[in-house]
Amino acid sequence: MKIEKGGGEFKKIEVNMTPMIDACFLLIIFFILTLKLFSPEGDFGITMPLASPRQGLRPTPELPPVKVRLAAHPDGNLAGIQMGQRKMSSFAELHKQVHELAGLDRGPAGSSNTEVELDCDYNLKFKYVVDALNAISGYVANDKQTIIRMIEKIRFAPPREPKEGEGGEKSEEGGEKSEEGEKKSEEGSEVKDKV
Amino acid sequence: MRFRSRISFSSNPDMTPLIDCVFQLVIFFLLTLNFSSDEQSELIRLPSSELAKPTGGVLETPITIQILSSGIVLFGGDQMTPGALKEPLRRERDAIRNVLGQNVKNATIIIRADQDVSTGIVQEVIRLCQETDFERFVLRAKWERP
Repeated sequence: MKIEKGGGEFKKIEVNMTPMIDACFLLIIFFILTLKLFSPEGDFGITMPLASPRQGLRPTPELPPVKVRLAAHPDGNLAGIQMGQRKMSSFAELHKQVHELAGLDRGPAGSSNTEVELDCDYNLKFKYVVDALNAISGYVANDKQTIIRMIEKIRFAPPREPKEGEGGEKSEEGGEKSEEGEKKSEEGSEVKDKV
Repeated sequence: MRFRSRISFSSNPDMTPLIDCVFQLVIFFLLTLNFSSDEQSELIRLPSSELAKPTGGVLETPITIQILSSGIVLFGGDQMTPGALKEPLRRERDAIRNVLGQNVKNATIIIRADQDVSTGIVQEVIRLCQETDFERFVLRAKWERP
């Protein structure tokens, strides 16, 4: 058996890179075509107990809730803001009032113990509710990072009936009591801003 | 007069930087690929809020309900009216209890409502969820940088 002796010529192995580059370009084209840029999304957390334990046993807040009324035009746009009996011209004014109110009544976590009840027209556009939550629940500090909490106890008043011509859909049960009727939904769902 | 003899060059460009770039691009696209985009319907324009900062936390047993501006509800790949949501919600509740063996109270309902939908419809959807034993809800909003 003949064995080749070492020390022969150095042979450069040439790898054909073309298929790999082809595959990589195909991957890039695939990713470019399927790329969807979504804006980051955050949450306003809500805690809603299924039912009040029993009539009359619901823990009553120390102070009556501050009522914020959001009225709507027939087209769903905001018609007016009212806090208690006082009319507000904008969400900025509402924010200012709530800020003053929350400053008087600070809880241990820094947020206020005051409770706010949002009473919205049925056809009010949802974006105004989020604007109101923004104005009431807190603000961004000057460093543009920290979120300062003002009021965390926010709840919705029971939904108003749709006015005529507003096209509010009734539940299929037609107002009948559900099978789980013993568990009535609690009036005024509490909203906790957990962002 | 003496001319240089023609020499044939075999061009072998260095492919290494090109391949490096291509790999960088592939890695970039892989990292930015949004696997949860199926839950985000492009038909919905979320209201924006500077307080709705994404926390990156993972919600426990998330169930997404999307509400279009017309009031139509998207749930589990189906379109329905808010009133028709009760039956699918019951099925979901039973699946969480019996298949996953988890407590329904720990499940989180994510509500992605269009900014122009009527607030009454959102409240109606929340009420239906409450009647089906769900307790935790989040209202989703688009984060607006301050």
